[in-house]
Amino acid sequence: MRRFLISTAAALVVATFLLLVAGTDPIEALSVLASGAFGSTDKIADTAMAWAPLALAAAGLIVTFSAGLWNIGVEGQVIAGAIAATAAARWVEGPGWVAIAIGLLVGTVGGGVWGMAAGLLKTRGGVNEIFGGLGLGFVAQAFATYLIIGPWKRAGVASTSGTDLFREEAWLPTIGGTRLSVVPVALALVTLGWVWWMLRATRFGLELRAVGSNLRSARLVGIRSEQVMLGAFAIGGGAAGLAGALVTLGIQHKLVPAVAGGRGFLAILVVLLAGYRTAWVAPVALFFAAISVGSSQLNLRLDLDSSLGGVLQGVIVLAAVLVAGWQARRKAETAPIEGDT
Amino acid sequence: MTLRITEISKHFGPVRANDSISMTVEPGSLHAVLGENGAGKSTLMKILSGFQDADSGSVTLGGQTVPLGDPQAAIAAGIGMLHQDPLVVLPFTALQNFMLGTDLKHRTARRLFNETAARLGFVLDPDRVTRSMSVGERQQLEIVRLLSRGVSVLILDEPTSGISTGQRELLFDALRQLASEGLIVMFVSHKLEEVLDLCRSVTVIRRGRVVGERDLPCPTHVLVEMMFGDIVPETTHESARLGEPLLTVTSLEASEGRQSIRRVELVVNAGEVLGIAGLEGSGQQPLLRALAGMTPRVAGSITLDGSDLTRRPYRAFLRSGVHFLPAGRLEEGLFAELTIAEHLELALGSASIDWEVARRRAEEAIDRLSIKGRPDDPVAGLSGGNQQRVLLAMMPNDVSVLLMEHPTRGLDIESADVVWTQILARRAQGTAIIFVSSDLDELVATCDRIAVCFDGEILDIVSAPDVDANSLGSLIGGQIL
Repeated sequence: MRRFLISTAAALVVATFLLLVAGTDPIEALSVLASGAFGSTDKIADTAMAWAPLALAAAGLIVTFSAGLWNIGVEGQVIAGAIAATAAARWVEGPGWVAIAIGLLVGTVGGGVWGMAAGLLKTRGGVNEIFGGLGLGFVAQAFATYLIIGPWKRAGVASTSGTDLFREEAWLPTIGGTRLSVVPVALALVTLGWVWWMLRATRFGLELRAVGSNLRSARLVGIRSEQVMLGAFAIGGGAAGLAGALVTLGIQHKLVPAVAGGRGFLAILVVLLAGYRTAWVAPVALFFAAISVGSSQLNLRLDLDSSLGGVLQGVIVLAAVLVAGWQARRKAETAPIEGDT
Repeated sequence: MTLRITEISKHFGPVRANDSISMTVEPGSLHAVLGENGAGKSTLMKILSGFQDADSGSVTLGGQTVPLGDPQAAIAAGIGMLHQDPLVVLPFTALQNFMLGTDLKHRTARRLFNETAARLGFVLDPDRVTRSMSVGERQQLEIVRLLSRGVSVLILDEPTSGISTGQRELLFDALRQLASEGLIVMFVSHKLEEVLDLCRSVTVIRRGRVVGERDLPCPTHVLVEMMFGDIVPETTHESARLGEPLLTVTSLEASEGRQSIRRVELVVNAGEVLGIAGLEGSGQQPLLRALAGMTPRVAGSITLDGSDLTRRPYRAFLRSGVHFLPAGRLEEGLFAELTIAEHLELALGSASIDWEVARRRAEEAIDRLSIKGRPDDPVAGLSGGNQQRVLLAMMPNDVSVLLMEHPTRGLDIESADVVWTQILARRAQGTAIIFVSSDLDELVATCDRIAVCFDGEILDIVSAPDVDANSLGSLIGGQIL
């Protein structure tokens, strides 16, 4: 909590400085940012719809981080989920809710499979999960682009702007005339709750944390650490895949190349800022979603580049990591060091 | 120049790694510092060479005070250290490594390099990339580098592990020559043979204190007794009634890292306590880990209670009731961030978790083993003794063979007592106990038999109640009675 406050304050100082350099009143900019995120029903809907996939991906990351795995391939897992969901939306006939249900399911499975692929590369192939995840991310991105300009190209023209829109029954249902759908928000909340419970109350969760804490000790007490790691990758990838499916079926209504849109990396920042604690993921993700959505207003209203939002997010996380580093160093300096003699 | 070490002390938490160590080494000495693993000799050498600061005490060389806690300043003052794994930048050539940290011109550096190497009889190509050099050649490079910086004290930390016999001879010849030129050579080792071969004097350290100094050569068992401690005559020794043969080992060979063990023939009975003694690195570790099923590279056979366990996975050993208690605790065995209750749940719990039950189990263990901690405390915050007790509490009830590495190393007397009371109580259920220790007193006080490892083999197995310090010392030093 203290870390969050200190780093946010530090980020605000930096942001204020940047805004002053850009010749803008910082207070005004921040109020524009806030009203851009929460100023109207539509904006609240947009923020909520941006929050859900981010929170989902972050929830999955909590699981892989707990197992000590640097799952950097979240982008690829989001794309894999989006591709699978698109296939379902295009091919499944019958009532819309059936297509949606199947789309969300295969999206989760698709992301999970993509996550497991990084896990198998690590446990069987000895490939560090960071490189495996990055590589698989490129593969997923290239495959999505191929599908969009190849087999799934729009009638008549092949364009990287995306496939044809899905039939409307396969769109996630929204409330009244807004852009808000309850499904993503509910799924994200349920997933967060499940992750919180799983890590605390189940044997798998305990083994996961044990593997993340000390692999050699885990082996010694007889934990099948390979399986535990693969499980973590499956869950992390599944959550990211579900996020991809929700973006596709609920926001874009078609497959676009930029479906992941940096959410995978942003989710890592969310988890870092949340200090790897599940309960903190929801508010931190909301904060980040609000900045992302609100910063588009900076451009319209103040003629500032909307990338300022990204700068703000980055600075906050850097500050948080820095504060964490200071705290760790202070702790190390005051605590006795265990060393070899 | 005379090296004078005065009352150096260094604490790591509650552990006194160096407890007021003093010694004086005259110029031209080939001086050994002997001690078992954990005795504190590495800490002392790190302090001398500036890689670690001391809590108190001072070091002078030729009357000048040597600043502590700064490797560059130590070298400038004349103390250089050759590490076990030489500190070279692998992608650099020998000459580039040689020039690091100096402001020598290229040509001057090359001349100095070639001269110094030739003086010591080393054949080193200055343009060879160090990655392609053997450990022995990297050592030579490092010695050349330190000498060119004008050190008058050269510390060598276990320099002979990982180098060939020929390279060792070359190294020893060079060290003898340096001593004859008036340098101080400090040779840190636990290999008695080499110490006796090379050095003319020795300081023995045990549990952070200097226990004695000797001129060399002297009888091996004298050194061993100094390293391992005296045997306090004890009459309370009582063996449990031995049961049937439980563990049978035939022609076992195993290796781990640079250590190996071969030609092991062993039968251990139910309820027996077998100690494994030996100088550090004589093969005890690969032997114990092979018996635990943790080393995949094993030849020969291991049979437990009639069923063959050779080359079976570790989990199969675990299921058969083999339990391993490692020495590392936080490095291997425990999970720093997890709580006492979580540790016990991991080791003893069932498929589903009931935290109420787990917490009660933890409270019961805390009571039984008098652990200073609460069920929800992470183990990282516990003292070494209490961490060892948590490891004991993680032991299931039906253990048939209990394997332990240095079960009481670094523990205070009270903790050691708790540990042994808990362990020996297991004999009544027929548990066989096999443990490695470098504490002769502990071995004689608790064992039925003691197997002595030397140079990768079991040299002899002796009956503990009948053995005396002299003969055990000679055996550990490699002399068959």
